Amino acid sequence: MSTHSPDAAGQRSNRVFYWCLSLLGGTYIVLIVAMLVADLAYTSPQHFSAALAKPEIRYAIMLSLVSCSITAILSLWVGVPLGYLLSRTQFPGKTLVDTLLDIPIVLPPLVIGLSLLILFTSPPGRWFQENVMSVTYFVPSVILAQFSVAAAFAVRTMRVTFDQINPRTEQVALTLGCTRGQAFWNITLPEAWRGLLTAGTLSWARSLGEFGPILIFSGATRMRTEVLPTTVFLELSIGNLEAALAVSLLMIVVAVAVLVLTRTLGLRGTGLI
Amino acid sequence: MIAVDNLRLSQGAFALNGINFTIPTGRYGVLMGKTGSGKTTILEAVAGLRSVSGGKILLDGREVTHATPAARGVGYVPQDAALFRSMTVSANLSFALRIRKAPLTEIERRVHELADWLDIAPLLDRFPHGLSGGEAQRVALGRALACRPRILLLDEPLSSLDEDTRDQMTALLLKVKQAHEVTVLHVTHNRREAEQLGDVRLRLDAGQIDSEA
Repeated sequence: MSTHSPDAAGQRSNRVFYWCLSLLGGTYIVLIVAMLVADLAYTSPQHFSAALAKPEIRYAIMLSLVSCSITAILSLWVGVPLGYLLSRTQFPGKTLVDTLLDIPIVLPPLVIGLSLLILFTSPPGRWFQENVMSVTYFVPSVILAQFSVAAAFAVRTMRVTFDQINPRTEQVALTLGCTRGQAFWNITLPEAWRGLLTAGTLSWARSLGEFGPILIFSGATRMRTEVLPTTVFLELSIGNLEAALAVSLLMIVVAVAVLVLTRTLGLRGTGLI
Repeated sequence: MIAVDNLRLSQGAFALNGINFTIPTGRYGVLMGKTGSGKTTILEAVAGLRSVSGGKILLDGREVTHATPAARGVGYVPQDAALFRSMTVSANLSFALRIRKAPLTEIERRVHELADWLDIAPLLDRFPHGLSGGEAQRVALGRALACRPRILLLDEPLSSLDEDTRDQMTALLLKVKQAHEVTVLHVTHNRREAEQLGDVRLRLDAGQIDSEA
């Protein structure tokens, strides 16, 4: 009789299988952890306080917080109606609209910045800047650059949210005396609160890391259009690695907090988290 | 009265033509048919949730073929109850009255009246999440009846319930029937339900409606 029973051989083979998977996948996990550890090892609380003491960096933090918050609200402003229409209605050109909405997600960020720059140097863009407000190289350009990308994520999140809500509840509300608008405000929107929070949070986080379009469309002027990614770029370009790293760590902390919040809210399956 | 006259409905490749039936005022009509025969489609057309391609729908003598669901004055209980998850049971029951801006005292009185009648008073402050199938169906029935509609539309209200709960719900629907206050259209694939409840029994087969004695 063989000393190796088929069962023992099978179990060993299973162990080898899982070891191989863990080894291959584990290299990526190690890379992520190693990057974070290296960042933490390189910096110190003194670097943090020195960076936070700089008025330019304080301005960048403030502008980042304000612009991201405005962008998140604007993203929801378009994300809710578009997500709802895509989820609940059929209309001519729906596939085209759906594809158009993915363009900001797949387009290289620099191209978005360049496209915005070109738009605002075209005759209608120039008219807007002369008669309504200055955009290019001013704070509104920061918000518009962030919004151009973040809104696409809000639309996708809201669409998934509305897809997950039973349309039957709205139909019942219609039979109970509601108009479409009343059914939406009273039934669907309150049921979508997790999705709203997720979409808002994702837009906010996405805006916080936005750099390419801002660099092209808003420039990198200190105390004017400098947001946190710009700070990292500017500090690096003058060789101040400590400040660049301190600001980077600040952004990592915020990003992780957002990730935890989004996961806690439990809206998975958006393809985004 | 629910009167459907030469109704035509189509959705993609599926179509129903020449649907005719009448359920007299205060009577309990049961529409039987196999799954996929289109009985829910007919119920949704009567509720105003589906546009029709021809024919007429009359509710209590008033033509409502193209009226909005809100204008039809119907109560509708879907198969899955579809309770409003962001509201308590009490708020679900009072929803139709609140939309009509009824006085608070009237809303309060009606909610308690319904809760007693449906035996769901202990559930009033709970949210739909965690209610049993039978409890959810009772709340859905109460929500549909809150405004005292003249027409009640029930889409397979017993199909997802276990046997005990089904008997309780059947007893409740018999109470609705005996009150003769509403005209009911109850859709089901279950013959026993039709025999227990129906004054008017209709069968949808191969796109045609036949009356059963």
